[in-house]
Amino acid sequence: MQFIDKAEIMDVDGIRRALVRIAHEIVEKNKGLEDVVLVGIRRRGVPLARRLAEILKKSEDVDVPVGELDITLYRDDLTLRFEQPHVGSTVLPFDVAGKKVVLVDDVLYTGRTVRAALDAIIDLGRPACIQLAVLVDRGHREIPIRADYVGKNVPTSRKEVINVRLKEYDSIDQVVISEEAQG
Amino acid sequence: MSLRGKDLLSLREMSQEDMELVLSTARSLKEILSRPIKKVPTLRGKVVCNLFYEPSTRTKMSFELAARYMSADPVSFAKETSAMKKGETLADTARNLEAMGVDLVVMRHNVSGSCHFLAKVLDIPVVNAGDGMNEHPTQALLDIFTILDYKSRIRGLKVAIIGDVLHSRVARSNIFGLTKMGAEISVAGPSTLLPPEIEKLGVKAYTRPEEAIEGADVVYVLRLQLERQSKSLFPSQREYSNFFGINRHKLSYAKEDAIVMHPGPMNRGVEITTDIADSPRSVILDQVTSGVAVRMAILYHILGGRD
Repeated sequence: MQFIDKAEIMDVDGIRRALVRIAHEIVEKNKGLEDVVLVGIRRRGVPLARRLAEILKKSEDVDVPVGELDITLYRDDLTLRFEQPHVGSTVLPFDVAGKKVVLVDDVLYTGRTVRAALDAIIDLGRPACIQLAVLVDRGHREIPIRADYVGKNVPTSRKEVINVRLKEYDSIDQVVISEEAQG
Repeated sequence: MSLRGKDLLSLREMSQEDMELVLSTARSLKEILSRPIKKVPTLRGKVVCNLFYEPSTRTKMSFELAARYMSADPVSFAKETSAMKKGETLADTARNLEAMGVDLVVMRHNVSGSCHFLAKVLDIPVVNAGDGMNEHPTQALLDIFTILDYKSRIRGLKVAIIGDVLHSRVARSNIFGLTKMGAEISVAGPSTLLPPEIEKLGVKAYTRPEEAIEGADVVYVLRLQLERQSKSLFPSQREYSNFFGINRHKLSYAKEDAIVMHPGPMNRGVEITTDIADSPRSVILDQVTSGVAVRMAILYHILGGRD
């Protein structure tokens, strides 16, 4: 299947501004940063969580701990996928018990990834609360999940694909909508 | 590249690529063992049957725990209390288990080749947990995993395997696996306990353990398998221990940072002295921990995909 880019919906500045706003909203909602930890969902949630931590360090002068969550073992579609997904590692350099966990991911779509991430977090301990931050919400939820912080709401059709490209992996900061090439 | 739905019968047949896939997954899964809640839901609804025709502590418990940690349901079969006693054949027993909805069979049997036989009889995947004097592939994978933990590589390492090589399926699987991954292997044992033409497997054979251990990075001590010896292949346990038992003196021929391994169960004071078994160079209990992670990875790859 070949996909072609249809439109750029966020550029490097767009992504930066969205993250700065989310960072401020995290401080506002939690009335500070006490007990707040950021947990990026592999893969692209991880660099986003790190960037949020950098912004919070600059604006609030607080070091917010960042963890990485691999949800492969918690997927509900393991037996449906043709390729066996590679199991990455989960690295949380803190105990989640009693923490305000902010899950970070690039795109919120069906909600199944977040469902898996919630299970994965809860298996590691009992956080005080779990919040969700995403760069893009593209709709089409299949389970009742919503985000607390959204960079940009993008109405899409199911045929379309949202590609989040981040410098850490893709050498460019960009969010594009693409669609399967015709013919 | 996928192990989904396949049997795991021997390292002789397993590709290096597949071995590395299992090892890297095990590396990620090992973290689960140190969690307060040692359970992930990945293999929920899958049933793993442990079919053990020979006694086992480590391998059986390790497969059972691996299944539980991945949320599969393990069921066990013990020869002594089964209809085997009434003369039911292996093939019939296994077909019945399959008919009851078991998704995977882990088998240990005293006859070499029995797992290959079972794999032909059954549609569901079979994992070899030791077949006679042939192979014990999951043991060798956990041994390789443990060596990687300490040495970070296999290629170019010198591994000395000492003892009853003739009866040892652990030695055979390790020889196949380690040579495939580029280790240099030397073996030593009494000439009666070294298989003829062992050097055809690409190893160097010695009858003096000091020669095999010289410069080794890993000293792998085999268990003296008293139960498999019908005729007297060595004069006495005491003499065996004097010539081949691993003690401080023999270990001094190895590299200073060499590790000592043993597949268990140990005959303390026979093939290994207690001070070596309990020394900081011994990684014997790490092998056991790695075993659970490696078996979780094996179950994940075989059961964790579409049929």
